[in-house]
Amino acid sequence: MSAAPDAAALRRRTEEFLAAHPPARTGRTAFLRARFDAGLAWVHFPEGLGGLGAPRTLQTEVDGVLGAAGAPDNDPRRIGIGLGMAAPTILAYGTEEQKQRFLRPLWTGEEVWCQLFSEPGAGSDLAALATRAVRDEDTGDWIVDGQKVWTSSAHLARWAILVARTDPALPKHQGITYFLCDMTDPGVEVRSLRQITGEAEFNEVFLTGVRIPDRHRLGAVGQGWEVARTTLMNERVSIGGMRLPREGGMIAPLAAVWRDRPALRTHALHQRLLELWVEAEVARLTGERLRQQLAAGRPGPEGSGMKLTFARLNQEISGLEVELLGEEGLLYDDWTMRRPELVDFTGRDAGYRYLRSKGNSIEGGTSEILLNIVAERVLGLPAEPRDDKDLPWKDLAR
Amino acid sequence: MTATPDLLYTAAEDDLRAAVRALLDTKAADHGATLARAEAGSPHDPALWHTLATGIGAAGLLVPEHLGGHGAGPREAAVVLEELGRSAAPLPYLTGPVTAATALLGCDTAQPAVAGLLRPLAAGSTLCVLAVPLTLGPGAPHPSAVTTVDGRLTGTVSAVADGAAADVLLVPADTGLYAVRTRDAAITPQTPLDLTRPLARITLDRTPGDLLAGPATARAALDRALTTGAGLLASEQLGLAEWCLAETVRHVRGRHQFNRPVGSFQALKHRLAQLWLEIAGARAAARNAADALATCAPDTALAVAVAQASCSTAAVHAAEECVQLHGGIGMTWEHPAHLYLKRAKADALAFGTPGHHRTRIAALADLPGPRA
Repeated sequence: MSAAPDAAALRRRTEEFLAAHPPARTGRTAFLRARFDAGLAWVHFPEGLGGLGAPRTLQTEVDGVLGAAGAPDNDPRRIGIGLGMAAPTILAYGTEEQKQRFLRPLWTGEEVWCQLFSEPGAGSDLAALATRAVRDEDTGDWIVDGQKVWTSSAHLARWAILVARTDPALPKHQGITYFLCDMTDPGVEVRSLRQITGEAEFNEVFLTGVRIPDRHRLGAVGQGWEVARTTLMNERVSIGGMRLPREGGMIAPLAAVWRDRPALRTHALHQRLLELWVEAEVARLTGERLRQQLAAGRPGPEGSGMKLTFARLNQEISGLEVELLGEEGLLYDDWTMRRPELVDFTGRDAGYRYLRSKGNSIEGGTSEILLNIVAERVLGLPAEPRDDKDLPWKDLAR
Repeated sequence: MTATPDLLYTAAEDDLRAAVRALLDTKAADHGATLARAEAGSPHDPALWHTLATGIGAAGLLVPEHLGGHGAGPREAAVVLEELGRSAAPLPYLTGPVTAATALLGCDTAQPAVAGLLRPLAAGSTLCVLAVPLTLGPGAPHPSAVTTVDGRLTGTVSAVADGAAADVLLVPADTGLYAVRTRDAAITPQTPLDLTRPLARITLDRTPGDLLAGPATARAALDRALTTGAGLLASEQLGLAEWCLAETVRHVRGRHQFNRPVGSFQALKHRLAQLWLEIAGARAAARNAADALATCAPDTALAVAVAQASCSTAAVHAAEECVQLHGGIGMTWEHPAHLYLKRAKADALAFGTPGHHRTRIAALADLPGPRA
């Protein structure tokens, strides 16, 4: 195909694909593999890698036709890290061999991915990371030792995107290299990390003598920070991007309790409810405007802010819901240690929502760091003076 | 299900903005001159008003072509108001060509008395304003200050915005909506908190007026006018907030203390980033209200209430941050920050406070308060 297809061409292509692969008579994995091979997985990817080089916004045309035909999807929430973070990074920096090897099973969900970035000593300051990767001069392999943390899906993952320090004598941003790590290597140990909700979405991952062949390095040696920034940019885009109906999201259960249980209402709570309802509606409109800008090919900087706004609103709204519930607000639905595959607020009580949403202002960049990013990249305010950029990593305070 | 609102700006709207901004940048940038006129009791700049209203044609945006206007709509008027907010220009645009024009369009425009006011209002040659307090918001009880006896009007209305500059007052009374020539009324200028929006007390004492609409039509026309005024005021507040943020960012980048730009301190950066977020929300809410008004969306009242509840707060917050983060200079008469603070604070009361609009939302979105 020479020119990128338009919406009508994509619908036609999707219908032809469905005729050749009727969902009712095709196994799920076979269907997803065929969809990838037909370029209908992510249409903005290149031909041969699951896409057609079409505008990203046209994916909805394909998804609409497939959804209406009852086709299976690749359960995107289960493989969000692969889709949202690993895939665009592999596309941008991978060798042809890496793209061919990894993208197809990543997209079909046959191989789940996780992200080995944060460490106990490197959170907001990710570039200070201490996990070491040392070259084995005999084999060319990399031997990795260190500890990673806050790793969602590590216990399910086949592969990980990993950043590790390959040269401690260089300043911290320069001595990092990016790898694709096999989670079945015997040196990888995954331990669940229980959080304040009682369950364990996350893991600690201990890496001890993990051997990574050089062909699983992504980008050049020492280029890891630049590669990681691609991953992190895509993380924030994927966090801000859902479309909500009016009164969708965290405000919905609060409004429902308010309407259903008049006896709980007080004047003070009413004022706070209305303020938060307005803020939730404005946040929804801001997200809608952002999507319209993207669709018009004029992305605005608002995306940087959506995660900040939703984190604060989720916390305030769920906090008000606990308070509104009075005596019931003192109770908690279940402290049993579990390992959920997805973060899912539905079916859980207000107390769970209140506790889980505390993570919204920490995960994927703390709100404090995101405010710095807005101030510096959107408003053009100067950075704080700092002395850590040019010192060798090994001389930094830890 | 409501259609998805268009929250962006069209190319024509961008062109209109460029024309208005170019005019205001050359003719309304001298805040010292504005202050001198305000202290002399007449903040309006007649030459500037003529160019905006007639030259650019802003006065006729909401009025259909067959009634002498340009047949544009609320989305375009909103863009003009964003620019007026950005410049804090003291011009009677919101009161006349927006609110009064909407009230007249809610009457029977086939009537000569109505059409005879709309045409010169749309042409920018006559200024009509509603004789209601600037604080009157949509959904408030119908004003009862003016009564009619033998076809003549009696009563007093205070805090009428641009009342002294108007040629004709549109007076809601017990028996309908009337047009009263200002020369027939007693007009007393009041000293306003907001120097850029003059206020007047209007006293009618058996004053003659032309009946424009009977009570039922008058109520509907007034409510539509107040809904439009409130919804488009949000765009003025947006423009004002954007100026305050841009000016404050400019200042903290250039101002040095402790051997560094004060804008490099995280305490200030976080405040300005928060303000930017709030303004991004205000822009979405203001565009949503303007689009709802333009398309007569079924949820227009709710869209307007949400825009007012958020944009009032954002504008006041922006103006207060502007004064604080300018330090001492922000407290001076010489620096224009106070013009924006006063406008922002007065705008928060205009067409209903944020609290008034939240109370409206309680009814419109089915979120009732405790039982009495």
